[in-house]
Formats: sequence, C-alpha cells, structure tokens
Amino acid sequence: MSSPQPPAGTADPTPSPVGLLAELTHRCPLQCPYCSNPLALERATGELDTATWLDVLAQAADLGVLQLHLSGGEPTVRRDLEDIVEQAAKVGLYCNLITAGVLLTRARLEELARRGLAHVQISIQDADVANADRIAGSAGAHAKKLEVARWVRALGLALTLNAPIHRRNIARLPEIIALAECLGAQRLEIAHVQYYGWALANRSALMPTREEVLRSANLVAAARQRLKGILAIDFVVPDYYARRPKPCMGGWGRGSINITPSGKALPCHAAETIPGLAFDNVRTRRLRDIWLHAEAFRAFRGTHWMREPCRSCELRERDWGGCRCQAFAVAGAAAEADPACDKSSLHAAFTAIAERVAREPAADFRYRTMRRS
Amino acid sequence: MQSGPQRTTIGVDSAPKLQPFAKMRHDAARDRWTILAPERVFTPDAVALAVLKLCDGQRTVDQIACELAKSYSAPQDRILKDVIAMLQELADKGVLSA
Repeated sequence: MSSPQPPAGTADPTPSPVGLLAELTHRCPLQCPYCSNPLALERATGELDTATWLDVLAQAADLGVLQLHLSGGEPTVRRDLEDIVEQAAKVGLYCNLITAGVLLTRARLEELARRGLAHVQISIQDADVANADRIAGSAGAHAKKLEVARWVRALGLALTLNAPIHRRNIARLPEIIALAECLGAQRLEIAHVQYYGWALANRSALMPTREEVLRSANLVAAARQRLKGILAIDFVVPDYYARRPKPCMGGWGRGSINITPSGKALPCHAAETIPGLAFDNVRTRRLRDIWLHAEAFRAFRGTHWMREPCRSCELRERDWGGCRCQAFAVAGAAAEADPACDKSSLHAAFTAIAERVAREPAADFRYRTMRRS
Repeated sequence: MQSGPQRTTIGVDSAPKLQPFAKMRHDAARDRWTILAPERVFTPDAVALAVLKLCDGQRTVDQIACELAKSYSAPQDRILKDVIAMLQELADKGVLSA
C-alpha cells in the first residue's frame, strides 16, 4: 500500500489530475476574514447551471479525476446539490462536501448521503463558542456546526474538521483537537491560515508569533502519536516561518483543477491574482483540452519556467518552486522564487513582516463581504 | 477529557470490513485499483486486493488467512502474520473497521 498518493514520477510530463475543487457558488452566510475566495466575489447570476456541472463532472471522471470537493462559498445554497452529488457518485468520483453546515437540515444531509456523498468537511473557527461565532461573523454558527458534525457521524459518513489557525485561536489548539476526538472525526486539519486574498488583507489581525507556531507543531506531533489509528491530523504550517516552500497544489497543473462558480478553470484558487494569465471557461472548452493545452495550466507546469535559485535547485521537482501567487504578490513576478524559501533573496524581509505584525496589537478583522457594484 | 473512539486492533478473531465511507474503485485512467477515502487515495497491490475482497465483516482474519493459504503456496502462520500486519495498517489509516 502506498499513501497518500501524489501523481508519481516525472516520466509523464502531464499526469492526470486527481482532484477537482468545484466552487459551486461564492454565496456564503459566514464572513470569515481568512476566506480563500477572491476579494472580488462572483455573483449568483453568473453561476454555472446544473446541466453544465453534471457534464463537467463526467468530463472530470473521464480525465482521471478521483476526488471531487464540492466547495464555495457555501455549496449547500445550491438547490441542485443533490443532483450534483448523485452525478458524482454515478461517474465514480469520491464525493466530499466542504461546508459551514449552518444551512443544512438532517433530512437534507440524509438525502445527500443516499445520493452518494461519502465525506463531509466542516470548518471550525475555534473551540470557544463566543470567539468562534465572532470569527465567523455569525451568531449561533458554532453550535449548529457541532450538531451537523454529529449527524455526519450518525449517518456513517466520514467527518473532517477543518480548523484554520491564527493568533485569535492558536491558544486553544488542545481544545480543538479534543473537540475533533469527541465528535468521532476521522480527520482534523490544523491549517495555519495561508496569507492570500482575504487573509492577506487581514494579515495583521491573524499572524501568530514564531513561538506560537513552534508550540502548535509540537502539540500536533504529540497528538498524532496519542491518536494513531483514531484521528488523522493534517498540519499546514504558515509559509512565513518556513525554510522551504510547500509544493503548492502538489505542483502547478499536476494534480488538481479548480473551477469557479462561473466556470473558469484554474490551476489553483488564487491563480487569478497573477496578471497576464488568461483562463478558459468550461462553458466553451472541454476540460481535457484545458488541462492539457490551456495556456494558464502550461505557464508554470513542470520546471521550464523557473529562474534561479529554483532552476538549479535539487528540490525543484519536489516542491515545484512553491507558490506562484505568493511569488507574484511579494517578489512582483510569478516566475521568481517563492519568498517562503530561504534561498529567495526576499526571504529575510518576508519573515520579518510576520515577526513584526505578530508582535503588534491585533488589528480588527476586515470581514468577507460581497462588494456592492 | 471525554474519551472518544478507540483504536481498532486486528487479531485472529477480528471480522474486518471497509468503512462505509471508504470506496474500492477501479481507476481506469491509470489502470489500477484504488481505495478512495477522505483526502487519500490508496493503491493496494494484488495481494492486498485479494485480502480485501475477503473482508466482508463476516469472515474472521483466521478464516481469511486459511482461504489465502489455499491459493498461495505459503505456510498459513506466515500468511496470518502478514495479513494481520496489513489489515492493522489499513485500520490505522482509518479505512477498515473490525
């Protein structure tokens, strides 16, 4: 057995994608200040219709996608979610619903399970109720999430709790782990906030200190040992305190496709922040053609685009140069080294930003909201 | 702290089966068998597949090893040991209950 399973080897220059992140909508009742959606949210009127999504899922399965992540925004605002789940199961995709849970009824969850849903991922803002609701910008959200989590397990579905970690909740990591254990979750994501989009706009409100991050890593290591065979814990560290960049998306255009509510196919959910890239839409181009040939997917696939220090780095086919969006945001060009890497000339300045803002008094949140146009 | 679920331990009398949320699927694009689970894709080899096909929640590990001993020319105690180790690994990855 081997696990987990990234696309292996370099013999095939374009491996088939394993994962599809379907952002069914950007509508969401919560306002989390680290939301991974773009600052310019897409509107309901531009969303793909049911028939297009069903066709896209069939195309994805044919292309080799194994895992479907139904996300948003809040995917349960779509009234056709049941039909989308049913199609996913029919074409053989492993179906994961990434939800805030607050709009679900038990009857609807049962129906989704009956149609083939296998896994539900619920975000948790904190183990402290009042603070959790404050972070989500929604009174009563936390209690409802716990109720939905219990339904998920009662129905025999797999449960993942996803806890985005930052300076306002990092002190309660032990309680968050205990909560996942108590709910009978299969997986817990302790995911330090990644600073793009909304989280970048809220960096001063969210960034923990280096000491807090190290403590969180030690806590997770101990919990993993104690909970072996009971709860799998995935841990994502914040780039700002790392020495090496993460292999963002498992490499650009290597394992994963993201489709926005209006049908744009992206190599990652933040790719639109890079200027000069044109993105194809699944309304007008076949998914296989986009994956293999679209300019945006080829731009940073593999190593051909790399400059120094990436070009001659022995890790270039392990981390694939890290994150292109972060390279653009900090270094001003997407082909530069990710500043999270200590081989980048900007690494020291990048780390210094985090250390500085983490020691300043926490700024107020800028909550995620739809802009009025 | 409230005690949550316990670790699944595989022994000769266990009757293992895949968790309801773990799906065994043929991956046509890559011509291989997979077990799909939350954020994980496992790729069992031919021997592991043969074992998993017998894991129906009825047969015990002892019976599974006995059946395999008929198809593979290896001593049953050796097979039993390997099967327990393999199933324990899968249980620890969260895709098997017993």
